[in-house]
Amino acid sequence: MALASVLQSESVDFSNYGRQRHGFASGLYEAELGLESVGGDRLSFALSTSCSNEDGPDRKIEFLHGTTTLAFKFQHGVIVAVDSRATAGSYIASQTVKKVIEINPYLLGTMAGGAADCSFWERLLARQCRVYELRNKERISVAAASKLLANMVYQYKGMGLSMGTMVCGWDKTGPGLYYVDSEGNRVCGDLFAVGSGSMYAYGIVDSGLKQKDLTVEEACDLGRRAIYQATYRDAYSGGQVNLYHVHSEGWTRVSQSDVLMLHQQYQAEKA
Amino acid sequence: MFATQVYGDNGKMKEYHYTGPVEHRFSPYSFNGGTVLAVAGEDFAIVASDTRLSEGYSIHSRDSPKCYKLTDTTVIGCSGFHGDCLTLTKIIDARLKMYKHSNNKCMTSGAIAAMLSTILYGRRFFPYYVYNIIGGLDEEGKGAVYSFDPVGSYQRDTYKAGGSASAMLQPLLDNQIGFKNMEGVQHLPLSQEKAVQLVKDVFISAAERDVYTGDALRICIVTKDGIKEETVPLRKD
Repeated sequence: MALASVLQSESVDFSNYGRQRHGFASGLYEAELGLESVGGDRLSFALSTSCSNEDGPDRKIEFLHGTTTLAFKFQHGVIVAVDSRATAGSYIASQTVKKVIEINPYLLGTMAGGAADCSFWERLLARQCRVYELRNKERISVAAASKLLANMVYQYKGMGLSMGTMVCGWDKTGPGLYYVDSEGNRVCGDLFAVGSGSMYAYGIVDSGLKQKDLTVEEACDLGRRAIYQATYRDAYSGGQVNLYHVHSEGWTRVSQSDVLMLHQQYQAEKA
Repeated sequence: MFATQVYGDNGKMKEYHYTGPVEHRFSPYSFNGGTVLAVAGEDFAIVASDTRLSEGYSIHSRDSPKCYKLTDTTVIGCSGFHGDCLTLTKIIDARLKMYKHSNNKCMTSGAIAAMLSTILYGRRFFPYYVYNIIGGLDEEGKGAVYSFDPVGSYQRDTYKAGGSASAMLQPLLDNQIGFKNMEGVQHLPLSQEKAVQLVKDVFISAAERDVYTGDALRICIVTKDGIKEETVPLRKD
């Protein structure tokens, strides 16, 4: 498995790991999660499944992924906007997380779900994309990159990975945007918002995208506004809005704006 | 402000009295407490930890520091389950030696952080129950702090608190070092003396309110001249 080959120096046999440990692990998860809710959960852009021990080992409470990330295609490429909050249960572990991973100069990946899962698998994807480039002497397409990622995590389906990511880029067929998650979904689309604040973000982007011909400036403002509104209403999103624009030359980091500053700016505009 | 207790059917407190038959299960983890803190300055880094080792209502040791020296420019603080802390530091030491032998140079702080991330993720399905914070100097000689979660997610910070009293310490650091939520305040760079004094004050506060933190404070100050250690007593109750 991909994980085993990367970690060869650990000499862990991963092919049996999940299976052998599974009976123990599922029991372990409940007990461990009980500890986690006391000592602080593993860092997540999500609330990973936690359970209350008192109700027996089978009780699990599912929470939505605590984050807001969005990406949409428009005339001049793809806009990617994310928040920067990471929570461990109800504790805000960090307000300055980089949820956009720069896979290579023309491919971006977003993070939602388990922080470690997202950053590890997307870093592995970056390595695979580089190997593809060296073998085939041309850049990898967005469709192929997203397929590589989807196939890598599909091998671990059901073992508890939590990852909801959007692979965005520009290849020879134009702008590309795919949603890939740890359940095995891989969908192509023009607009995605992922996370607990996604509904709020969809509301803003859907109304703003009605006018078909957006300029780059307008599209950036739309993305920023959507994330800001999501952080306003969703307790698990916040921090800063990181905005990227993917165009034919690659991606550009447009801006990083603190949500507090944006709030003051929008309030002033209203007045 | 009374702590809320969970009560069983017979009106008695669940974790303290017998409230009916309970299924016991072996847990490979236990929580040994402890708080770790790291601050990065312009040309220095500080890693501090308390030295109490506890389990449940007992204290196993009052002299078990949680800072471990890795190289001349890097110190790691590990809190959580002591067994995993010990094993993890042994593994890191071994990997450092292997790197030194194959590459003929010491690992930089950034490289150690990236390596630790993959070591932790290697146990994604049976994690090391450790909260790590690495403090050291980067290649340019500036202070660097890297904070981790138990499965390897990490990022570079200016300051970070981890462990049992982290939720109490982090907001104070946000205000005093990050100048968060303060308007019209001049952002002065942090001097080494001020940083050390702040760390001492912050741990004294933590020992007041967190049962797992106390006994003594071990501070490791990393500069280009090496690593200096300082021990300060804390509340022993």
